[in-house]
Amino acid sequence: MVPIEISDVTLVYDTPSGKVPGVKNVNFNIDASEFVCIVGPSGCGKSTLLNIIAGFLSPVSGEIRIGGKAVTGHGMDRGVVFQDFAQLFPWRTALGNVTFGLEMKGVPKQERDTIAREQLRLVKLEKFTNSYPHHLSGGMQQRVAIARALAYNPAVLLMDEPFAALDAMTRDEMQRLLADVWKTTRKTVIYVTHNVAEAVYLADRVVVMSPHPGTVKAEVAIDLPRPRDPLSVEFLECQKELLRHLGHDVNAKETVN
Amino acid sequence: MTENGQRTRSLLRAAITLACAAAIYEVLARSGYFAPALLPTLPVIAHTFFASLADGSMIQHAVYTLYRVMFGFCLAVVVGLPLGILMARFQRVEGFFLPLVSALMPIPSFALVPLFMLWFGIGNLTTVLIVFYAATFPMVFNTWSGVRSVNPLWLRAAGCMGADENSLFWKVIIPGASPFIITGMRQAFLRAWIAVVGAEMIAASDWGLGWVIFDAKEFLNTDLMLAALVVIGGIGFLFERMVFGSLERATIQRWGMSRVAKG
Ligand SMILES: Nc1ncnc2c1ncn2[C@@H]1O[C@H](COP(=O)(O)OP(=O)(O)OP(=O)(O)O)[C@@H](O)[C@H]1O
Ligand SMILES: [Mg+2]
Repeated sequence: MVPIEISDVTLVYDTPSGKVPGVKNVNFNIDASEFVCIVGPSGCGKSTLLNIIAGFLSPVSGEIRIGGKAVTGHGMDRGVVFQDFAQLFPWRTALGNVTFGLEMKGVPKQERDTIAREQLRLVKLEKFTNSYPHHLSGGMQQRVAIARALAYNPAVLLMDEPFAALDAMTRDEMQRLLADVWKTTRKTVIYVTHNVAEAVYLADRVVVMSPHPGTVKAEVAIDLPRPRDPLSVEFLECQKELLRHLGHDVNAKETVN
Repeated sequence: MTENGQRTRSLLRAAITLACAAAIYEVLARSGYFAPALLPTLPVIAHTFFASLADGSMIQHAVYTLYRVMFGFCLAVVVGLPLGILMARFQRVEGFFLPLVSALMPIPSFALVPLFMLWFGIGNLTTVLIVFYAATFPMVFNTWSGVRSVNPLWLRAAGCMGADENSLFWKVIIPGASPFIITGMRQAFLRAWIAVVGAEMIAASDWGLGWVIFDAKEFLNTDLMLAALVVIGGIGFLFERMVFGSLERATIQRWGMSRVAKG
């Protein structure tokens, strides 16, 4: 929906035991309606970068522009989905969670219920509108979180390993669902993962990061037609290329997680 | 269905326990080892109990006591809830009040009754203030811990969705801290209920369940004392189970948050 420009972003964590580099001189752009995955080993600054884009952290230097506007804090032009299932409000039903953003926007009740139901249908949870989060499975809770982040219609969707805590089968299902949701909504998406197959399945482009300090190491465009077949030769080729960038010895280890 | 069955069974078990205790009491009372004036039998107590209900005096006493306890309890909630929240949200408020709370909390409210009596005289003011004193600290303490334990992810998520300070407070912090707030109210009521009877014994005149017990001692009316105890226990139990129990069922149990509040 809107492009994002990340220019020269650097962040250093100030901890009691000294300065810890988070990310350094990160530069890349994201087109409107593009799905970008950020992959990299643990500790390379993926979450840090996402939190800067979300506006939870402010960089030491550099800046981020969303639709030409510099980011100064969190804002309703971005929806965020976290990894932790506990992000939902347990005292609100699925519907109540999804309407929260609309409520803050001042949308009248009737209208926000209609919109929220629509969002829940998008993530295939129309039967669970009145369930409380503790009665939903982890995958369902993450779907509610996605619906919640989409409901107030932000231009950008930021996701930090939203499916990492799910079992493999549920995760595959969720990836298919997210691909569908993205196809319908055409949001600009930044999706953090450490799962290469997931990145190839979802992304238009994958940004590979490397640690110490956290920088962008490579950008790989994934030009496969959608919906993608994870068993096709081209898909595996893309995975191999990413793994090469991540420093794996591809020939020694054919299979990927 | 099963939940209802469980409740019936636990009620039944409670009834059996109570019946056993009553039987033992009755055996002791009839054993002849104790003077009947000191240990009246259950029928005597029951007779006194129903007579005091019939002439309305016991109800009148209970109403006085309930009035004092509710007044003091509500005051404690009105003061304790915001104070606990402010302490959790602002370092400076916490720094100022925490030592005060820590110092005052261990003082038994009963120990303050004579002092309060000198300051505020005999009657409602003193009893209400004692109740207020007893109930405030659990309220403050639990609210304080509750607000501090609100998941930061909820605040972050709400912030992303454009919540301002006001909505953050009412729609995230308060419900997020509700398991602790309800525990605080529960503890506060229990303390208040214990405190009011103690305070009435010394600092009330003519009315109140505590006063009944103290006054009955003068005339060796043990049956009346025991009847008043039954009422005290019964009302306390009713509040604990009915009022706070259903409040919990309607909120934190329904939301699946009650595990957080255990302890
Ligand atoms: N709150 C913090 N305080 C201090 N240092 C931090 C903090 N958060 C992250 N770091 C450090 O910043 C670096 C990047 O962390 P970040 O969480 O962004 O990595 P990540 O790529 O998301 O890792 P993972 O895949 O494990 O989630 C790490 O070296 C980490 O130790
Ligand atoms: Mg991370």
